[in-house]
Order: sequence, then structure tokens, then C-alpha cells
Amino acid sequence: MTQSDQYNFAYLDEQTKRMIRRALLKALAVPGYQVPFASREMPMPYGWGTGGVQVSAAVLTPEDRLKVIDQGADDTTNAVSIRKFFEKTARVETTGHTVEATVIQTRHRIPEEPLGEGQILVYQVPIPEPLRFLEPRETETRKMHALEEYGLMHVKLYEDIARHGEIATAYAYPVKVEGRYVMDPSPIPKFDNPKMEMAAIQLFGAGREQRIYAVPPYSRVESLDFEDHPFCASKADHPCALCGALDSYLDEVIMDDDGGRMFVCSDTDYCAARQAAGHLGAMAASDGQEERR
Amino acid sequence: MYVAVKGGERAIDNAHAWLAEERRGDQAVPELGVAQIRAQLALAVNRVMAEGSLYDPDLAALAIKQARGDLIEAIFLIRAYRTTLPRLGESRPVDTGAMACDRRISATFKDAPGGQVLGPTFDYTHRLLDFELAAEGAAPRARTAPATSEPMPRITDFLNRDGLIQPETVSDAAPPDLTREPLEFPANRALRLQALARGDEGFLLGMAYSTQRGYGRNHPFVGELRVGRVKVEMDIPELGLACEIGEIELTECETVNQFNGSKTEPPQFTRGYGLSFGHTERKAISMALVDRALRWEELGEEDTGAAAQDAEFVLYHADNIQASGFLEHIKLPHYVDFQSELELVRRIRAEAEAHADTEAAR
Repeated sequence: MTQSDQYNFAYLDEQTKRMIRRALLKALAVPGYQVPFASREMPMPYGWGTGGVQVSAAVLTPEDRLKVIDQGADDTTNAVSIRKFFEKTARVETTGHTVEATVIQTRHRIPEEPLGEGQILVYQVPIPEPLRFLEPRETETRKMHALEEYGLMHVKLYEDIARHGEIATAYAYPVKVEGRYVMDPSPIPKFDNPKMEMAAIQLFGAGREQRIYAVPPYSRVESLDFEDHPFCASKADHPCALCGALDSYLDEVIMDDDGGRMFVCSDTDYCAARQAAGHLGAMAASDGQEERR
Repeated sequence: MYVAVKGGERAIDNAHAWLAEERRGDQAVPELGVAQIRAQLALAVNRVMAEGSLYDPDLAALAIKQARGDLIEAIFLIRAYRTTLPRLGESRPVDTGAMACDRRISATFKDAPGGQVLGPTFDYTHRLLDFELAAEGAAPRARTAPATSEPMPRITDFLNRDGLIQPETVSDAAPPDLTREPLEFPANRALRLQALARGDEGFLLGMAYSTQRGYGRNHPFVGELRVGRVKVEMDIPELGLACEIGEIELTECETVNQFNGSKTEPPQFTRGYGLSFGHTERKAISMALVDRALRWEELGEEDTGAAAQDAEFVLYHADNIQASGFLEHIKLPHYVDFQSELELVRRIRAEAEAHADTEAAR
């Protein structure tokens, strides 16, 4: 008997999956609302994507094609580890190509390629509560959401502007979903926030904190801001050194001891597809291509 | 440089192979057997069972071997395995009053029916390294007294008879189960006790100690500490009766605490309660102290703002699997979020410098 025969499809038993699916349905019915769920102990540590893994396990079918990314890349260690987990326990097909995937589990990024209907984006969430660092008590923050009492958040944003001249939140930038719940988009860079109004289903799983929430397709997702300080999705002001893209989120890579650096797409699939289509950045012809092999 | 950052599959496989080699250690030294761990590192096995919430000494010993002796890692292995086990039913409440005690002490009475039984304890050993153990000789066998059938009534029952200690409310309601339902507040005592029973020993020890030093002080005495085996019984509907399905070792601690009385209650003693798998008395005593501290509200005591009185604080942070997972996840790559912070700080600094320059030019 191989190890995968000893476990149910996608690791979790059917009762647990049903419990998670019910939480997912509730989450989709009340966009942005954090639904408590009885998160299970998974064979990877809390904080390493157990929420996302449980959500993926509950939505995967044998026909699905799964993509897993971490920091935008398919080949980062934890993405590899989670992809292997599902290859072993669910034996689903996996892919690195955004367009081919039916389920994409992600940590800290939304793919650059727009997602379409029929796709599900599963986010790994460390702290689901957008108000947590303003109010540590869960009993209090739940009350604040129930009463739609978001003044504290606006005061925080205002204080940022007073102190720094702008809102000093660069990732996990809070959003309001369908004009009701303030929601944590998980630690994606705020560059990704505008992409959240999309055709795909977005599911968020926080395993340790036992919360699931969701954004249904085509929902309104507004990043919090002020009329005179409108939200601005920012990124490094460079083209990608490998594919020349001007519209993608970039990682900064230190190249030598003298402060030499290059900027490359964090979305590896997007970058590779552009290079394959003949778009080449400043460093693509020289060492860039070699390094990527 | 670029490939190095984006680690990849081969690095993981190689790391696992290296780990396996390190686990085995020097091949010239005989391999440690699971049975040896179970028999000779029994207190480590007990801790793994208690915090892993799974009573299975063999699996706990295997987990300790696999985890190279890292007990939190071993607990993690047990918890993850536990997730895959079906829930066949619920046992009847175990009767610790009928425990076959290896150890039973009370700090509140010099003697009591059933007597004081020290059992296998470190308590009065001198902590001198025993170099004879390094010589690995056969240990002399301890003399054993014949088993007695003398009952060992609970010490707190004596106080209860005189109305000196607050009686516990008897309830047949199914207790909440935090492994099947999300933890929500306010948490009742049964739920709190469940969370404490699988909480990290070190965390509970620190919390309990803080109450002794004045952060939510409640004057505890160890009313009774007992360690021994109890029967586990299960109702079998097909048979229409309860059957004994096994025996487990437990440690139970009841503390007797001062209570000054409130508007409605005369002064009397109150209890803290600790119960955990195996011989784990530091854990059980800590649990009892923290349980008592968390009862301030129902007893009409003052909230002094002590951490040990704060159920949300204690229950959300007692689980070492949650805590270590989240703590260690900061080892994962965070360069996307860090990049966005980097740009923000650079931009704000550039603006501040430009502002300073125009000020200076004025």
C-alpha cells in the first residue's frame, strides 16, 4: 500500500470537507464576512498555508488542474511542498500556467494574468482580521464588524497621512467588500488590490485562526482611502530585467556586494510566457536566461 | 543568485535526505528502538500524548524518534496524524475517584483515608548527576508492596462535606469540543479545561507561576495530586450496556484556593482543576492554577488585568502547535511584502529629504 492509499482524496475526510464547504458557501453568501470553521491540524505547520490547504482540499475534484504559487512563483520551496502534498494525496494534475489552472492556491500574490470564470483563487491567510493590530481582542473586533464600526481603521489611515504624508500600508492593505465588510486581502502587495474585482471565485483560508472568507466573482472591492488621498497601487518603478514588462509586480534581487540589483517579475509564469513570446528585458539576453534554466 | 532564492524541488528532497541521516546519527552507535523510547523516556512520551491529544504511547514514542527528540515537533506529528482518525464515539466520563493510584499526595492534610503515596517521584531526589547510569548497568528492582483495595476518596470531598468548599455543578451536557468546533468566546469552563489540557506545558507553567507571583493571585494549595490508571468505558448501543474498552494513565490535580466570599456567597474554599494524560504532574498542577485564575468572573472576583485571568489571551496562545507554526513561518520567503515595504520606506524618506532640502534653502 502506498502512502497515498492510506488517506482519503485530498487528505481530509469527507465530513471535514463538508464542514469546510458549508463554511465556504456561507462565506460566499456574505462577502467579506469571516466565517469561523473548525480548522484541522494538517501535516504542515500552522502559518505555512494550512487554511489555504484545507480550502483547496475541500474544493478540489479529481478533474481539477492545480497551480500553487508563493510570492508569485511556482518554484519557491513552500509552493513546491504544497503542490507535492496535493500530487500525493489527491493525484490531481498540476500546472505552472495560470490560464490552464482551475484552482490556484496562492500566498502573497495575485497572478498578473487576469483570471476568468471557472477558476478559483485560494489565498493563504495569516491574520484574517483587518482590525487585529488596532484591537487585539477577537470578541471586540467581531462586535465592530457586526456594528459596521470602522472608525478606528479610518483614524489609523488618517494618522498615517498626518505622519508620513501617505497611507503607510504597503501590503495587506484593507479593502471593503460590496460596501459592507472591511476585509484583509491577505499580505498581497497593495499593487494587487485592484485585481480583486475579478471573474474568478476568491476564497480565503486562515487555518490557525479558524476563519474562512470569500469574495464572489464580480464583487465590488474597494481599497480604503480618502477623497483627497486616493488609493494608489504602487510598484518598483522599473521594467522587468528579463521580460521587459512595465505592468507587473517586481522583486528586487541583489546581485553583488556593491549594491548591484535587478528587478524581475515576481510572477514567474507571466515572465516566462512573455519571454517565450519574444519580449526581452535589458538582462534577458545575457545572464538572465541562463540563470532561469 | 536568482535560482538560489527560488529554491526548488531538489533542494527540498536533499534537505529531507540529510535530515534522515542526521536523525540516525553515528552509525557506529546502535539505533534507538521505539520500545526503548516508550519504556525509558516515558515522561517525554507522556507529554507528547497529553499535548498531542492522543493516548497512544507507541505512536508518541515513534513521533519522538522521528522528531529527533524535539517534543513540540513530536506533538505536531501526533496532532497531524490525529486529524486523519475517525471519531467512533464518545466514552463515558472516566471516574478518577476509582483510580488505581501509583501516587497520591495531599498538601492540605497530613494524612487521609488511603494515605499519602509518594510513588515514582523526583521530588526528594538530590539532583546530582548519577554517573552510574552512564555505565549502563542493570538497575536494582524496587521492592513492591502488595496492592491494596483500600479506597482513596478525594480530599476535596472531605471539605465538601462541611460545606467549606464550593461544590462543582454537576452536568451531563456534552462538553464543547475545540477539535471539532472553532474556538469562540466566551468559553465555558469545560472548553477552557479542554484547551488547557492540550496546551503547552511551558506556557501553562509560566502562566501559573505568574499567578503565584501576584498577577491574579489566588492562594493555591495542592489539595490532592493523584497519578494512576482509570478504566475507560463506552456505551455500546447494540449491547445496551457500557463496556470497558481499555485503561489509561492520568494525572489529576485539585487545588484548594482561598475565596473571600462575595455579596451572595460566604467565604469558602474554591477549586482549580487539572487533568492530563500520563504522568505529567507539572502540567496538571499548572493547569489547575490557570483554571482557577480564569474562574474570576463566575466567582465574582475582581479582574486585576492579569494575563492569567484573560481567557482570550490564555486560550489563544496556549497551543504550541499554533504558536510554533506561526512563529516559524517567518522563515518562509516574504520578499513580496518586504519589497512593498522597501518601496514605501524609500518613497517616504525621499519625500522627507526633499522637504528638508527646501526648508534648508529657505
